[in-house]
Amino acid sequence: MFEEMRRGAVANLPVGASVAAYGSVLGMLAAQKGLTWMQLLAMNLSVFAGSAQFVMVEMWAPPLPVVEMTLAVLVINMRYLLIGASLNPLFQGKSLTHKAGIMHLVADENWAVTMAAYRGGGATTGFLLGGGICLCSIWSMGTLLGHQLGALVIQPERFALDFAFVAVFTALTVSMWRGKSDIAPWAAAAVLAVAAERWLPGKWYIVIGGIGGALVPAIQAVFQSKSTACKKLPETDSRRSIMEKTK
Amino acid sequence: MTHVSATDLSIAMAIAGAALATYSLRLGGLLLAERLPKNGGFKRFMETLPGTILLSLVAPGIFSAGMLGGAAALATALCAWKTKNVLLAMIAGMAIVATGRLLL
Repeated sequence: MFEEMRRGAVANLPVGASVAAYGSVLGMLAAQKGLTWMQLLAMNLSVFAGSAQFVMVEMWAPPLPVVEMTLAVLVINMRYLLIGASLNPLFQGKSLTHKAGIMHLVADENWAVTMAAYRGGGATTGFLLGGGICLCSIWSMGTLLGHQLGALVIQPERFALDFAFVAVFTALTVSMWRGKSDIAPWAAAAVLAVAAERWLPGKWYIVIGGIGGALVPAIQAVFQSKSTACKKLPETDSRRSIMEKTK
Repeated sequence: MTHVSATDLSIAMAIAGAALATYSLRLGGLLLAERLPKNGGFKRFMETLPGTILLSLVAPGIFSAGMLGGAAALATALCAWKTKNVLLAMIAGMAIVATGRLLL
């Protein structure tokens, strides 16, 4: 387990530099809005979701709109429902405590790194946790430094740090490619995500692109099985039970 | 005094609410997936999902980054494909964008 955690932590270091830089920007904004470093740390450790934290800090003005804030976080983080679901095979046969403990530290970055490694046969829940601990530490350090000293990098764009996320996720996406069967679902996902990002607020584009793309092979499978299932229809369970009831 | 404690309470509630919402989604997704059927359309859906989520995360970013971003993303993808090295691919992509912005 420990060796797996170490490997997961190391695998997440490449994206760590930009996580720290953006953390420092959040820390600076939080200080301007009057959050103490303790409150910021509590947020980092308990929420641990970058884009949601940015929105919370943006909405941070007394009296705090607690309900609106919670709803905004819920909507922005809706993608975690899908991300959690996609981790199902990795957690096969693990206890509920194990799942409940590790799922807290799942962010976009360590999830993506883990799924790519899992495809290659080299990832466990320990790998996922190690990445989560690594990112949460870097994120917390970045935000606290930003809170105390101001942003580490004033113009992250100048050093292409804004592109670091795109670059990492692009590289990881390549490793998820399974072959020609991915062409249709991936094309659907890309078109839906770009369109949704343009016309819908928040992070809906991830949910819409993810579900829309994955529905393509699912619908194909349903149509394939329908042609064979049609012949067996009279023997389905529901019909049998209805027939037994009428007897 | 009571005003201060009311503020403190609302801060605690805001952070706790966000934490609870986020954690419920994370764990809820995992636990929900166990209850889904493991055959046919659902199986195909779940197998395809990681790739389509990742692509959806990144596609709008590439699209809005313009020509330079598109070229850099393509270089990153090719580098990742050939070397299987995420760090190297990331550095290649960032170098192209940084140089491009310096020159353009």
